[in-house]
Amino acid sequence: MNKMRNAALAGAMAMAWALPAQAEQLIYGFQAEQLEYRLGDDEDTIVWDFDALIGTDELKLVWRSEGERVQGAGGFETLENQLRLQFPISTFFDAVVGVQANTPDGLPDRYNAVLGLKGLAPQWFEIDADLYLSDNSFFRFEGEYEAMLTNRLVLTPSLELTLPLQDDPIYNQAAGGVTLEAGLRLSYDLIDRAVSPYVGVNYERSYGGTADLIRAAGDENGTFSVVFGTRLMF
Amino acid sequence: MPPIAPLRAAVASAALVLSAASAAQAGTYDITVDKIRIDAGKFRKSGVGYNNSQTPTILRFKEGENVTLNVTNNLREDTSIHWHGLILPFDQDGVPKISFDGIKPGETFTYNFPIKQAGTYWFHSHSGFQEPDGAYGAIVIEPKGGERVRADRDYVVQLTDTHPQRGKRIMRNLKMSADYYNRSQRTLQDLIKDSGDIGLKAALEDRKMWGRMRMMPTDVEDVQGFTPMINGESTDQNWTGLFKPGEKVRLRLINSSAMAYFDLRIPGLKMTVVQADGNDVKPVMVDELRISVAETYDVIVQPKENRVYSIVAESMGRTAMVRGTLAPREGMAGPVPAMREKPRLTMADMGGMMGGMGMEGHVMQSAAKPLDDMSGMDHSQMNTQPKPMAGMDHSQMGGTTPAPKAEAAPMDHSTMTGTDQPMAGMDHSQMTQTAPAPQAKAAPMDHSTMTGMNQPMAGMDHSNMTSSGNSMAGMDHSAMTNAKGQGDPFYAPGSGLTPKAANGGKFLSYDDLTARKPLYKDRPATREIELRLTGNMERYIWSINGKKLSEAEPIVLKYGERVRFKFVNETMMSHPMHLHGMWSILDTGKGQYDPIKHTVSVAPGTTVYTETEVDVTGQWAFHCHLSYHADAGMFRKVVIEGGPA
Repeated sequence: MNKMRNAALAGAMAMAWALPAQAEQLIYGFQAEQLEYRLGDDEDTIVWDFDALIGTDELKLVWRSEGERVQGAGGFETLENQLRLQFPISTFFDAVVGVQANTPDGLPDRYNAVLGLKGLAPQWFEIDADLYLSDNSFFRFEGEYEAMLTNRLVLTPSLELTLPLQDDPIYNQAAGGVTLEAGLRLSYDLIDRAVSPYVGVNYERSYGGTADLIRAAGDENGTFSVVFGTRLMF
Repeated sequence: MPPIAPLRAAVASAALVLSAASAAQAGTYDITVDKIRIDAGKFRKSGVGYNNSQTPTILRFKEGENVTLNVTNNLREDTSIHWHGLILPFDQDGVPKISFDGIKPGETFTYNFPIKQAGTYWFHSHSGFQEPDGAYGAIVIEPKGGERVRADRDYVVQLTDTHPQRGKRIMRNLKMSADYYNRSQRTLQDLIKDSGDIGLKAALEDRKMWGRMRMMPTDVEDVQGFTPMINGESTDQNWTGLFKPGEKVRLRLINSSAMAYFDLRIPGLKMTVVQADGNDVKPVMVDELRISVAETYDVIVQPKENRVYSIVAESMGRTAMVRGTLAPREGMAGPVPAMREKPRLTMADMGGMMGGMGMEGHVMQSAAKPLDDMSGMDHSQMNTQPKPMAGMDHSQMGGTTPAPKAEAAPMDHSTMTGTDQPMAGMDHSQMTQTAPAPQAKAAPMDHSTMTGMNQPMAGMDHSNMTSSGNSMAGMDHSAMTNAKGQGDPFYAPGSGLTPKAANGGKFLSYDDLTARKPLYKDRPATREIELRLTGNMERYIWSINGKKLSEAEPIVLKYGERVRFKFVNETMMSHPMHLHGMWSILDTGKGQYDPIKHTVSVAPGTTVYTETEVDVTGQWAFHCHLSYHADAGMFRKVVIEGGPA
């Protein structure tokens, strides 16, 4: 009996030294900040913005997809897909490196390297700041705040700012000509935080050279839309 | 003879105290591990249970018995059983990868060990999230020569926090969003209410302060939405223990929750605590007690009236409660009182995060950053804080007190008790020269008697404190003076978590626990090991000394030594720390009469000391017993060097 126990002890010791004591399970999930129908003046669009991720505390691989599909005539007005590696650099912030494919209909494809920061700023602002680097580089900042009206009813103001660093006339982008998108969405956590339907408004407007290019193309600058959709988290 | 109880009471093991007729020195017990359906009343879920039941199995052993336990795994995944609190050979301890390989699907594993102790314990799976999913049971060990405290009835009251979701899913959701289950966050309504109480400016300042740290004062329970149960029965299912008026009833309270601490009381009855974590303590009479996750308390109650009594257990965060019943006959249900107000954390509970320590944690840990953020904090604003600030923690006076560590209360205001004099003119300039207090105390300045005060500290101006220590003249602490024993030294002074009895009576403190008989001779510890309890709430990473289990070397102890563990809680949550295989002697300043425990809760912003006689060999687990904290990394392997081969 004693001998067996000693053997077991030695065996278990050897085994435990050889193996990590406990493997952490993989983190994976899907999070759509926006999945919505936009009612515009001229056209309606379906818009999404989601992250699908897999990884660990130390490193996550994220597929980020953002797109706008015009209803009726069809076609992707914007379609951006990114593969991002995300890793912590401070208590509340991750660094991001990745690649982005920008492949809307009717425009040439663009590919960018991505360098960014993602995290939670003081006062609970969720921040994304990314540099997109190529021959048509641009910088994008996204900020969001969740105001808890109740523990399930949440008002979320959001702001997205895109700053072209180089001219890209085909894309109606002029260096320094900022495009601003502001939103306000009221959501209700219907099933946990997994499904949270919302209604809201969205406003997009460009400034500077970018605005000039849009006007020159005969398009409208400054589009307001009413949106309804749902946030998802699985 | 008492009446023959109906089936339910029998199943719930309403065991009458039997005479120790059978002196079996060897018992064999069969346990199956099964996939079961759990009916929590409000919801049903699929879970894991022992012997095909959601009613926890109770194993009844006798001290000195040699037990053989055949555990058959009917699951489709590995399982294990850990005998929580039992002193046994390490290869019988049931922790996969530390004690043994685990039990494969279809396998029957045989545990075999001598029972060297008596008391109330429990057992649970140590594999994955099977324990939160329902794999727990109770162990009752009768001492040699029979129970030392006479009781007419003897019931196990095993608490758990049954959640509609499976553990794996919960963990994933917490990693996706650490506040996934927090439905007690501060809302617009709270802002309006606080504005009414203390003014809009103060309410906004308070939010600004918490927002700067990206912390929530409502972060008391990080997994909410559970249904608490007693012996596998929710409030509606109403677990009932029978008594005859005048009988002494022993309740063996066990908290088998994954995450929830419970505040337990039986309105109308005093509870006499006679045992903690399986070890007898000198009887102490209380109105209410807090049972941390994985702890046990044995209490004696004596209902004298021929009426129904409620066993009321509210979760510490007041997000859920359960009612069980003590009744003179079947079919009665005790009243369900309204749940008390939710506690809010205070700056005192942040104490450990701001004391100037813990800078070396890796980038994902919160140790360094919040400190930076706090350095600019203006204490003059605190005067206008709402009531959660009552009993303000002075450990934040980083600029005042050179002592960087929040321990050894150099300044003890407990002597204020009863003096009832205004503290005007008090000179705090001597603060650092006072002799350290002997016990685990939270803050450099101990205002323990302030605890329980529920008023804004308006009028107390600390605005000058950051520049010098001796300008506190004029500070009036007289209002803080309170009845002796109101402060609990195991909470940071002014902590929002300091418990209070619902009836205003006695609430059990660790400080009240005194070993009935010393288990070991008192001797100085051979060395001290500091374990800072650390974490990153936002990322849901929990760690010890800034390192997760996966990043850390084992703790190496030497056979025969007496090691002193210093737990410094640098997080905002309470952590019930459980060392396997060896006793944790909780330092309450009573020497050899310090209580002997297997699980010790360390409240936010406090430092707690335990001592352990390393009298076993092998390797063991040492972890926070909150299931999701343990899994996230607040876990260590302990390896013991030397000892008999």
